[in-house]
Amino acid sequence: MEVIIAQFINGLSYGMLLFVLTCGLALVFGILGVLNLAHGSLYMIGSYVAYSITTTFTQSFWTALVVAPLVVAVIALIIERTLLRVTYRLGHLSQVLLTFGLAYVFHDLTKLIWGSNVLSIRVPDLLSGSVSLAGQTFPLYRLVIIGVGVVVAAGLWWLQNKTRWGAIIRAGLSDREMIGALGININFVFTAIFVLGGILAGFGGVVASPILGLYPDMEFQTLILALIVLVIGGLGSIAGTFTASVLVGLLETFGRYLFPELSMFLIFGLMAMILVWRPNGLLGKQVVEG
Amino acid sequence: MRKSVCQLLCRAALLMLLSACGNSAMNQSGDSADGEASSDSDDTIKIGAILPFSGVYASLGKDLSAGMKLYFESVGWEAAGEKIELIEEDTAADPQEALRRTRKLMDQDNVDILTGAVSTAVAYAIRDEVDSNQLPYLASHAGGNDLTRGERSDYIWRSSFSSWQIGNSMGQWAYDNVGDQIYVAAADYAFGKEVSSAFMEAYEAAGGEIVGEVYPPLGNNDYASYLTTISDSEADGVYAFFAGSDAVRFVQQFEEYGLKEEIDLLGSGWLVSEDLRESIGSAAEGIYAASFWDYNLENEQNQKFVEAYEAAYDRRPTVESLEGYDAARILVETIESLDGDVSDPDKVIEAMSAVEFDSPRGPFAFDQETHHVIQNMYVLETVMEEGRTENKVVEKIENVQDPGK
Repeated sequence: MEVIIAQFINGLSYGMLLFVLTCGLALVFGILGVLNLAHGSLYMIGSYVAYSITTTFTQSFWTALVVAPLVVAVIALIIERTLLRVTYRLGHLSQVLLTFGLAYVFHDLTKLIWGSNVLSIRVPDLLSGSVSLAGQTFPLYRLVIIGVGVVVAAGLWWLQNKTRWGAIIRAGLSDREMIGALGININFVFTAIFVLGGILAGFGGVVASPILGLYPDMEFQTLILALIVLVIGGLGSIAGTFTASVLVGLLETFGRYLFPELSMFLIFGLMAMILVWRPNGLLGKQVVEG
Repeated sequence: MRKSVCQLLCRAALLMLLSACGNSAMNQSGDSADGEASSDSDDTIKIGAILPFSGVYASLGKDLSAGMKLYFESVGWEAAGEKIELIEEDTAADPQEALRRTRKLMDQDNVDILTGAVSTAVAYAIRDEVDSNQLPYLASHAGGNDLTRGERSDYIWRSSFSSWQIGNSMGQWAYDNVGDQIYVAAADYAFGKEVSSAFMEAYEAAGGEIVGEVYPPLGNNDYASYLTTISDSEADGVYAFFAGSDAVRFVQQFEEYGLKEEIDLLGSGWLVSEDLRESIGSAAEGIYAASFWDYNLENEQNQKFVEAYEAAYDRRPTVESLEGYDAARILVETIESLDGDVSDPDKVIEAMSAVEFDSPRGPFAFDQETHHVIQNMYVLETVMEEGRTENKVVEKIENVQDPGK
């Protein structure tokens, strides 16, 4: 019984980690209808910038936690203003091509700057150490991640449902032209959402790297996980992404525990089943066509 | 709506596929430039090296290349009065790509001897080509057992190691020093499985019991679930085979989940290799690992090698650097014993197989039966020294010889 509880906590923490990695992608896809395949790269840049900050400049994880997402935000801003904007009229294919091309550019640049060795970020002293729960030892950091996931989810929910901003976003989601007619600068809204997605990706990078490490190709691994969560959760729904993350986290953890050989199969199996049963994902909404 | 999202995801998948092909195509014009310059002169001996300079194994390929160049440099790129020319080709660890590059080296560059291959899949892929063209091939990293067993060829000799040597050498030691119950965790690919099964075979023969086995996929990012299961077992130790980023995560998470205080962690040298320990940090302390070379081996050859390497590249050599260094030395000694005449592949092989010397790893000799290096294995313990981790040799297992079947 204790092992089951322990695995449940493992799964929950892994799920929350997935949520932190995915929510930016879900936000951008859900609201702008842009499938940003460079999302993994933004996550990766967040990680590597944080690595540089924690090892060379200030040695502080907390500084990295603030600065790295901002660096990524600036990159996201540049991408949106100079490249992505042009493609809004052109539809999905050109956006997918563009962002995937960007992913390769970032891949090479990152390798050029930071090399191809495996790196890792140390957990800050305040959050290192272990906690005993259900007869098992847990790293404190994993438990903190559960909290971080909940806070991020609550924050996004609040933003989307309780603020004027959320109202504009939701309105934009169902009728873009209308929002423009109401005198709201829709271009600015789009930029802001994309930058927010970037901040979330960078934040995810900093938070995840003490656990997942930094290495070449990390961004593609993350991207695939994020796409799976996105498909299962449904588009345009933070609640869906949250549910899907927890579900995938638990399923993968228990899959590894009970049938270690089948854990990847279980995830893709779940995805296939959900696509058949609910093509829009668990809590998916209709997305406006761009 | 449903259709368009499906289309979008399909396009994304297609793109990934295309880019994977494009990536290897882009590398076409890679590293052969330095080979072109003096290609037609008769008094050069051409050595082809197929190594990954891109992709997951890029850093291993670079270290092998650096080690080789260091040795060739030390003899002034000359053997028996002949100039040595090294032509390197990037395989990106892709078997098909490697086969193309090997053909290019044979047909266009007319190399006399081939060396390299980090990925075992690459070595298997070029095996028939090498065999049927009677091209002498010195495998300098790829460790798959079958290359010197079922796939053995007259023209293929291996100077690095076999999976069997790595795993088997630690079995008896683990039973004597760790305990009689061990849990095995290894990355789910050919090499991980071969190493761990060689370990289990030797450990069970010594009298130990394997209490559980688990094979996480390669590139797995979270070991929490496996670690909880292991901590729930009665094991005295965990034998782990992981490399690269997998090793970093596994070792760190092993400590974070509090297993380090309860049970011993042992595995192959790649768990605590030179280029990973800085990333792993103090979590590596107390791990036992088996390897055929270590930075801290105390012998004259090793001191010389380490000093020269650090002077040339301003960083520590890795086990792959040593493999490249030794491979270059074997090639130079082969050429010297033939007095520079490498035109007959059978004679090249005969001369190569007779090479014996004191390597930084200890005495080096080929097993004439299996075409495979006979070498010492070392059990290392990772200890803390002045705030950083170092490996220390705790036991030497002499002349480990692959059974060849």
